[in-house]
Amino acid sequence: MAQHGEGVIAPEDDAVHGGTTTGTAVEVAHENAGSPGTAVVPTDGVQNPGFPPHYPRRTDVDPKKDARAERQVSILFYLSIVGSIFAVAAYIAFPILPGDPGSIRTNNLLLGLGITLGLLGIGIGAVHWAKQLMRGDESVELRHPTRGKEETRERAVEIFKLGNEESGIGRRSVIRNSLIGALVLTPIPAVALFRGLAPASDPIKPLQHTMWAKGTRLTRDPTGAPIKASDVTLGSAFHVIPEGLNDKTDLLEEKAKAAVLLMRLRPEDLHVSAGRENWNYDGIVAYSKICTHVGCPVALYEQQTHHLLCPCHQSQFDITHEAKVIFGPARRPLPQLPITVDSEGYLVARSDFHEPVGPDFWEREL
Amino acid sequence: MSSATQERATAPARRSGGFTGAAANYIDERTSISGLVKELGRKIFPDHWSFMLGEVALYSFVVIILTGTFLTFFFQASMAEVTYDGSYLPLKGIDMSAAMNSTLHISFDIRGGLLMRQVHHWAALLFIASIGLHMLRIFFTGAFRKPRELNWFIGFVLFILALGEGFTGYSLPDDLLSGNGLRIIDGLIKGLPIVGTWISYLLFGGEFPGTAIVGRLYTLHILLLPAILVAALGAHMVLLIINKHTQFAGPGKTNDNVVGVPIMPVFAAKAGGFFFIVFGVIVLIASLFTINPIWTYGPYDPSPVSAGTQPDWYIGFADGALRLVPSDWGFMIGPWTFSLNIIAPVLVLVVFIALVAFYPFIEAWITGDKREHHIADRPRNAPTRTAIGAAGVTFYAVLWGAASSDLVATHFKLSIEGVIVTLQYTLILGPIVAYLVTKRICLGLQKKDREIALHGYESGRIVRLPGGEYIEVHEQLTDYERWRLVSFDSYAPLMVRPNARGRITAAQRTRAALSNWFFEDRIAPVTATELHHSHGPEAIHGSAEPAAAELEK
Repeated sequence: MAQHGEGVIAPEDDAVHGGTTTGTAVEVAHENAGSPGTAVVPTDGVQNPGFPPHYPRRTDVDPKKDARAERQVSILFYLSIVGSIFAVAAYIAFPILPGDPGSIRTNNLLLGLGITLGLLGIGIGAVHWAKQLMRGDESVELRHPTRGKEETRERAVEIFKLGNEESGIGRRSVIRNSLIGALVLTPIPAVALFRGLAPASDPIKPLQHTMWAKGTRLTRDPTGAPIKASDVTLGSAFHVIPEGLNDKTDLLEEKAKAAVLLMRLRPEDLHVSAGRENWNYDGIVAYSKICTHVGCPVALYEQQTHHLLCPCHQSQFDITHEAKVIFGPARRPLPQLPITVDSEGYLVARSDFHEPVGPDFWEREL
Repeated sequence: MSSATQERATAPARRSGGFTGAAANYIDERTSISGLVKELGRKIFPDHWSFMLGEVALYSFVVIILTGTFLTFFFQASMAEVTYDGSYLPLKGIDMSAAMNSTLHISFDIRGGLLMRQVHHWAALLFIASIGLHMLRIFFTGAFRKPRELNWFIGFVLFILALGEGFTGYSLPDDLLSGNGLRIIDGLIKGLPIVGTWISYLLFGGEFPGTAIVGRLYTLHILLLPAILVAALGAHMVLLIINKHTQFAGPGKTNDNVVGVPIMPVFAAKAGGFFFIVFGVIVLIASLFTINPIWTYGPYDPSPVSAGTQPDWYIGFADGALRLVPSDWGFMIGPWTFSLNIIAPVLVLVVFIALVAFYPFIEAWITGDKREHHIADRPRNAPTRTAIGAAGVTFYAVLWGAASSDLVATHFKLSIEGVIVTLQYTLILGPIVAYLVTKRICLGLQKKDREIALHGYESGRIVRLPGGEYIEVHEQLTDYERWRLVSFDSYAPLMVRPNARGRITAAQRTRAALSNWFFEDRIAPVTATELHHSHGPEAIHGSAEPAAAELEK
């Protein structure tokens, strides 16, 4: 290569193939190089030695190798054809048989392998062709500064000026300002429309109440069978939903708030705070299953330590201490559901939870 | 243009022939596409394996669009309750949403449906993974420097869109695992101050989970996000063509040229072939390995959850950030709840992501370098940047690892508390250690490069000189080999100087402090004089051959 201006590469030229002249320094100066900032511009830098000599590939010098590579490429393309045909054949020959999961696997596997061969044959063949048979040496192209040419930039500025003059947008400030005001306001009706994304009612209220009410029976999740206090043996834990939940149309929304875990501990293991003395029934306690962190179900009960663990983010709650947080990112204890038994011996709620269940929210205390 | 030249221009096309010529002529006379072919047809693309990472991302996106389109023909984005009656027996008779039902239908009743689902999911994972690696390549080689800062930002937007696409797509089947993911998103949003409750309420169309979210995510997933993604991708490509690709330093390569292969035919063949290879490999993986087997999770139900629950890996860093918050972070002001256990990790993630997005502008401000840079740095030659990158990668990796804290604990028989606390410390200390170690390694490598450039490399050949002295022969590099070691940009720390009004501004001080931090430890590239002297008399120990010649005199 050569110094800029000696005209080895004119920008419009087809890229010159490199490796033709070796050992010459390549230095081209930009007109608009820009400030180097704190860069140390070398005045005494090592000279770029220019392109190294080009070594031909074996396929360039040996016609046999060339012919072999050509054969390989075409074989790969033929393999692709085989793969595509095989895929269609597999589609027909291996249908999905109802009730036979194995047939799904076979269909998936053979169809997939056929398509794979169809694709890889083309891909590997094309790359092999490019690497072995297409012109092997590198080409060179000049870069140009990204910024437009001076005259282009001047013309662009001029066009904006003309636009300004001819419309008078800079001069007629009343028009301009009223236009800006109008443009700012037009999207607001569109934003307002998005209020319709949710029902008109207040979002806070439903977060403060669940399906639990005085006398609601505790039933098993998911069958809905009521639970007798005598069924809850020491050390056992039940996944609980309120009675009647399964008949609800908004089953999942209610369940997302009302799911409860029920455990029986020795009454002396429970540390009951003032005002909650009658919230448990003979050591049977019920706590919201919805994590106070971000709402995952706190589904893992460690029988020996009486700890509840949330499998999502590992918050841990100590049931002996009214489900207070002992580890992990949650910051509030799980709300306790006050329970007792009804005349038939079934566990029932004394009331709803006394605080919102689930994750924190801004208006939680309202 | 006169009609005579037009005549000349079109005449060869007609002569050269046959159907192709005629067709090309037909199209050109209506589109002047020949200009585009002239402009781009022989455009040069430099070659390096790491330049293919972006290509992988592009091609897997094409695969995603193809398979995703197929899936839309069968998927029903509805949360209407149905009873499953398909060919997967364990779920027969179970109530689920139409979304889950149709996903099972695609998987078990449509021939090739499972394959397309798995290709779609695997391609999505590859899409995000390759974007991440592509970004790391750009970062560590400084390929984001002028004139490519804006393209970095567009690429960053693409990364965020890809994450959004991943999450929205992952949530569509309405299975137990993705439903729990949505539950976490709901809890996360609710914890945001002031707007949280309302955003959650509007997003889910009422109380969680509601019956709207799958349909809404579907619109985002197949319409809004892809439309923005395609537009940003187009801009990314156009800027790539305008800026031309960077290249690594090498003999003959300069900041003013591009050395590589022309689009027609070599690059087209390689890149086109590579598309088929990427596609083929994804299909191969999808035919051999199950991904996201929603039938084993079952439909979403707010009550059950399986142990070891974790999101798709690319959301892991966000989930990990949630897990690492210590207990009892939060407070009340009046009736208002500030859930720091949500706000803090969200802020940390936002700051981290913002630093990634704006890093090129920050570095450009520190160096004040307004020149265009087309030679990709070797990471060692920008030690502070590389060290910052290593710190960032470590930070991300710790968050990511934290998303599997429970699995780490169960697999390695550790206590979950121990794992979490270790990760909490590592999140703070790990990046600092990574920074220091990486910077030292870079400086060490630079010193080694300098040594090799000046004195050659140790050949292992010990020679006894006539005077009885033993030396190891150093093999000199050729000029071609040496060039790679000596051609790099080097920056000096900025000196604080008063401005025109005789003041030193706070911005100036900040910039000088940052510049000092960046460039204080600096290994200058070898100069021609040093190189000359290294071969001269002073360099007796440097190189045996000149030294021996010296002695012979």
